[in-house]
Amino acid sequence: MSSVTAHDTPRGFSFAEYMTCLTGIVWREGLRFLHQRERFVSALVRPLVWLFIFAAGFRQVLGISIIPPYETYILYEVFIAPGLMAMIQLFNGMQSSLSMVYDREMGNMRTLLVSPLPRGFLLFCKLLAGTAVSLLQVYAFLLIAWFWDITPPPIGYLTVLPALILSGLMLGSLGMLISSGIKQLENFAGVMNFVIFPMFFASSALYPLWRVQEGSPYLYYVCEANPFTHAVELIRFALYGQINWVSLAVVATCTIVFMIGAIFAYDPSRGLARRGPAGGEG
Amino acid sequence: MTSPAPIAEPRDAAPKPDPAAVPALSIDGVSHAYGPRRALIEVSFNVQPASFTALLGLNGAGKSTLFSLITRLFGIQSGRIGIFGHDVGSTPGEALRLLGVVFQPRTLDLDLSLTQNLLYHAALHGIGRRDAAARAAELLDRIGLAERAGSKVRDLSGGQMRRLEIARALLHRPRLLLLDEPTVGLDVKARADIISHVRQLVAEQGIGVLWATHLFDEIAAGDDLVVLHQGKVLAKGPVGRVIADAGAQDVNTAFMRLTGAQVMPEARG
Repeated sequence: MSSVTAHDTPRGFSFAEYMTCLTGIVWREGLRFLHQRERFVSALVRPLVWLFIFAAGFRQVLGISIIPPYETYILYEVFIAPGLMAMIQLFNGMQSSLSMVYDREMGNMRTLLVSPLPRGFLLFCKLLAGTAVSLLQVYAFLLIAWFWDITPPPIGYLTVLPALILSGLMLGSLGMLISSGIKQLENFAGVMNFVIFPMFFASSALYPLWRVQEGSPYLYYVCEANPFTHAVELIRFALYGQINWVSLAVVATCTIVFMIGAIFAYDPSRGLARRGPAGGEG
Repeated sequence: MTSPAPIAEPRDAAPKPDPAAVPALSIDGVSHAYGPRRALIEVSFNVQPASFTALLGLNGAGKSTLFSLITRLFGIQSGRIGIFGHDVGSTPGEALRLLGVVFQPRTLDLDLSLTQNLLYHAALHGIGRRDAAARAAELLDRIGLAERAGSKVRDLSGGQMRRLEIARALLHRPRLLLLDEPTVGLDVKARADIISHVRQLVAEQGIGVLWATHLFDEIAAGDDLVVLHQGKVLAKGPVGRVIADAGAQDVNTAFMRLTGAQVMPEARG
């Protein structure tokens, strides 16, 4: 440890150093995920409850006509599968940002932000790591769903991957944007109710939008404007090897906007500042 | 620390070639406010390489705020902070690369192993896997936790966790080490171990250390001392001189004299 001989001149960071940092953050997120078995199980149980119970009960009520990307009549279970995949990512995105609030309060976020690499890059890595975890959850769900007769074409498992990465990033950065505005952990439960449930129900996850339009034109517009709808549709089409260009454009734009917003809004002092004046830590 | 005058000359443009001439840490006219409350007021002092500088202050004096500014967790509102001449505000990457830090709250992943914690930190500094593994093994050996490398951090004692945090802070071979009240909550033996370990780093590796504390007995005769009270630097310099200037016999009395009679009621900060 001949520390005195260290670098004195600015040398920046090499591509290899960036990649080491990125893989390190993703690796740690994966390890943490594996250690939290309950989180994995609950992430799987939630969509499976919808699939096994809600969909089974609901399929008699709601008839599905043939709409793209489907080419035949489909079971209701098949219809809601992409919505449930997006739901996994929605919960995961919010949960990762929950953990960012928690990390910030617990001091783990300090470890990350003291890294000499640019802060925006560190936050991007964090988002990517959260998305990687959501991919594990979604594919585990797809595996179980396959035994439940949700059998998209084999190529669909591959073509859905980029769609999932994009939607995962969008929902993760939305979560980060929201978490940057949250001062305390307790406030998060409220945000879950005000963000997750409205986003999920006012979307095409559970019912095709033409049926919504029949019921309420206004709700239809809300659903159309909901980025989550487009995440669902992007995943739905990609699962059948197709691209929904409108949804792709919306999701890509939202991802960029949310991510830039989150990186700018993310202020570590927000969670810590309270302690300075009030907590007596100085 | 030998001179009380703040460093005024600009140094971020071209770091001086002679490392001994550049302070490990230079704090120059730094002020910080949380809304209306001023946490730091015109704070200036230096930490020299291969020196142990104690930052003495009660809870609420502004120590943690200062640490958050040095580590760029907070944006600097006014003043300048340099690490070996690299400005934390304008070139944070170069500055943070030379900095190791042990925060007051524990920042380890309790469910990960000792080695995994170290490897994660190495990755954050862009240190490749093989190099990182070698360094981690070497450091764990040095702090006497080599045989615990694979166990979860959760199973360590408080003193062992602190030692691991110090090892982690040294993994990227920084030349400046910040420790924010690192002995809080430790027993007597663990405290003594940590202090002697850090002093050894100063003596053997020439690391500059800034050690924040509110415990007088952690300060030794040969140290540099900065007394921070209610956000202001009341005294700075070698311990002996600070004591003499205050007309006191020991650090304890000097601190009481400097901060005045209201020390105890304000202790809660």
